Amino acid sequence: MTTKLLTALLLGTSILGSAGVAYAEDVTLNIESWRGDDLTIWKDKLIPAFEAKNPGIKVVFAPSAPTEYDAALGAKLTAGSAGDLITCRPFDKSLVLYQKGNLADLSALPGMENFSPVAKSAWQTDDGKATFCVPMASVIHGFIYNKDAFDKLGIKVPTTNEEFYAALDKIKADGTYIPMAMGTKDLWEAATMGYQNIGPNYWKGEEGRQALIKGEQKLTDADWVEPYKELAKWKPYLGDGFEAQTYPDSQNLFTLGRAAIYPAGSWEIALFNTQAQFKMGAFPPPVQKAGDTCYISDHTDIGMGLNAASKNADAAKKFLSWVASPDFATIYANALPGFFSLNNTPVKMEDPLAQEFVSWRGKCKSTIRSTYQILGRGTPNLENETWVESANVINGTDTPEAAAKKLQDGLDSWYKPAK
Amino acid sequence: MAAETRPKRPIRWHIAVFLAPAVLVYTAIMILPLAGTLQLSLFRNIEQSQVFVGLANFRTLFGDPNWSAGFWNALRNNVWFFIIHMLVQNPIGVLLAALLSSPRLRFAAFYRTAIFVPTILSFVIVGFAWKLILSPLWGVAPHLLDLVGLKSLFTPWLGKEEYALTALSLISVWQFVGIPMMLIYAALLSIPDEVIEAAECDGITGMAQFWKIKLPLILPSIGIISILTFVGNFNAFDLIYTAQGALAGPNYSTDILGTFLYRAFFGFQLQIGDPNMGAAIATMMFLIILGGVCVYLFLIQTRLRRYQF
Repeated sequence: MTTKLLTALLLGTSILGSAGVAYAEDVTLNIESWRGDDLTIWKDKLIPAFEAKNPGIKVVFAPSAPTEYDAALGAKLTAGSAGDLITCRPFDKSLVLYQKGNLADLSALPGMENFSPVAKSAWQTDDGKATFCVPMASVIHGFIYNKDAFDKLGIKVPTTNEEFYAALDKIKADGTYIPMAMGTKDLWEAATMGYQNIGPNYWKGEEGRQALIKGEQKLTDADWVEPYKELAKWKPYLGDGFEAQTYPDSQNLFTLGRAAIYPAGSWEIALFNTQAQFKMGAFPPPVQKAGDTCYISDHTDIGMGLNAASKNADAAKKFLSWVASPDFATIYANALPGFFSLNNTPVKMEDPLAQEFVSWRGKCKSTIRSTYQILGRGTPNLENETWVESANVINGTDTPEAAAKKLQDGLDSWYKPAK
Repeated sequence: MAAETRPKRPIRWHIAVFLAPAVLVYTAIMILPLAGTLQLSLFRNIEQSQVFVGLANFRTLFGDPNWSAGFWNALRNNVWFFIIHMLVQNPIGVLLAALLSSPRLRFAAFYRTAIFVPTILSFVIVGFAWKLILSPLWGVAPHLLDLVGLKSLFTPWLGKEEYALTALSLISVWQFVGIPMMLIYAALLSIPDEVIEAAECDGITGMAQFWKIKLPLILPSIGIISILTFVGNFNAFDLIYTAQGALAGPNYSTDILGTFLYRAFFGFQLQIGDPNMGAAIATMMFLIILGGVCVYLFLIQTRLRRYQF
């Protein structure tokens, strides 16, 4: 039903779009995307804002289903029928497109200077020389908590590890709430909301991540094992039967008000705002000692590139420069709370929870998930293994040291860092 | 007249014509893909082109500790999956069939249908329904156990390494127990009344009648069921995938050959699919199943005694 509606809508827009070309000789740009959910935001907010400033350029947002996007895009690029603008997945999927010559080099695009190197890392060649997509949004990790529960139990928002465990102990002793809503059934929760959430504080964000890629550090080093030791301590604070608790179970436990703390990604904000009946707050991963520099996972998730075969490259570049501007960032970040603009200019957002998340960028250092760039390529796949091992550590079936050793052994079997 | 040479037999075109549809369809959708898979397993993608590498993919599969550990783990789990089916599903199937064929049982048609219904349900429904039933948070299983005072027996089965595979095997048994039941039921019904009456005249009744008369007569059916179970189990994938996901957690404890193949062939998350290694695993699955079926056909089926009435 939705698909049909979507197809009808798309047909409608594409016919209207081509009609525009025929009569007004406007340039029409087509955007390829997997974000069908964002269709109304593009149609009602983003595209009109751009078109008002750039008469003569029409833009059509043409999404396909997320599971079909990569295959469909590949086929369209080969056939030469792909849109002018291409929404980029992070890291290797887009890198492959660039290497095949499907994506144009945008290093010199006006507006690119608005982004930090970390923001651009998802869409750069390994040597960082060419950037081929404009970063659009990232997701930030942290903890969302039930403010009502914290107030009732008189708990202060924890900033250090010690305070964090003290808070958990207090919630557990009280017994009204499950201290932390997380399960290990779906594996990725343990890795993404656990290991990658608290880890950057230990491996010092980018410093550790780059060292790992260069081969100067190993996953068996103390900085990388320490987060696993912390995860192992989480077990007693999770709900009964957390081993069989799935991701939607965790979300429901928290939004129903049965759990006090939820290890989160900022993409949850929109859903939680509509479902939770209590006040919510958020805090960044606690640091080891008061005064330590804090690091957050600010993971690049979505970008936009230029189809190298586009006939309207100039208009498309104009559009991409606009995507790189603070104007776009403001509209986008407010329409999709939880997907944060990567622009250096701070964006004013209405949603208080989203504001809280994004405020950490000011006081903490940003990094991306350690297993994605370059290290996420081979077999056995480091990201997938991290899912499995993180769940093992929380379940108590593997010690932190054993888990780290398995990951490093798997990585060593195919990854030879450049000397 | 007898000396007259018989007219030359016309070529019997109709045989070829009548065979053609089946042969063509079977070749197109079964034999060619199978040959394609076998061929794919002998190639490897080197610098964007397929290069013939002989048995190198198999050497990787068995020689590289990362691959071989995964493969042997999947095979071991698969064997356990099969053992549970043989030990639980088929005896229960025979038992149910024996009960159903008892002339004194009322509502036999109702039971027959009710037990068979899960078989026609989609794996997706079965997987999600059982995930919910066994959920420690919202499931009915902990509650029901509580009602009979056995709450302490409850553990999050699907999340524990030591129980997950057995739990999933039993879910699969629940779903498919209807098939052996139906086949055995049909076999039991086809035993002629004369044989049973003769047995009764000789004073063999009740349990003895089942063990001495009926069971030997349905042995060929049990053989067929075993081989169907074997093929089905070693091709299984759907239930594990819907209940545990492609990584077959926790810690690969529910990984069977089907899910192992899936991850290798299509990739998962950041892991990029490798059709050649996938094809090598698929070839191994084919050989394992082929071997099992051959053992059955040549060693067991030929020794089964058949009774003609």
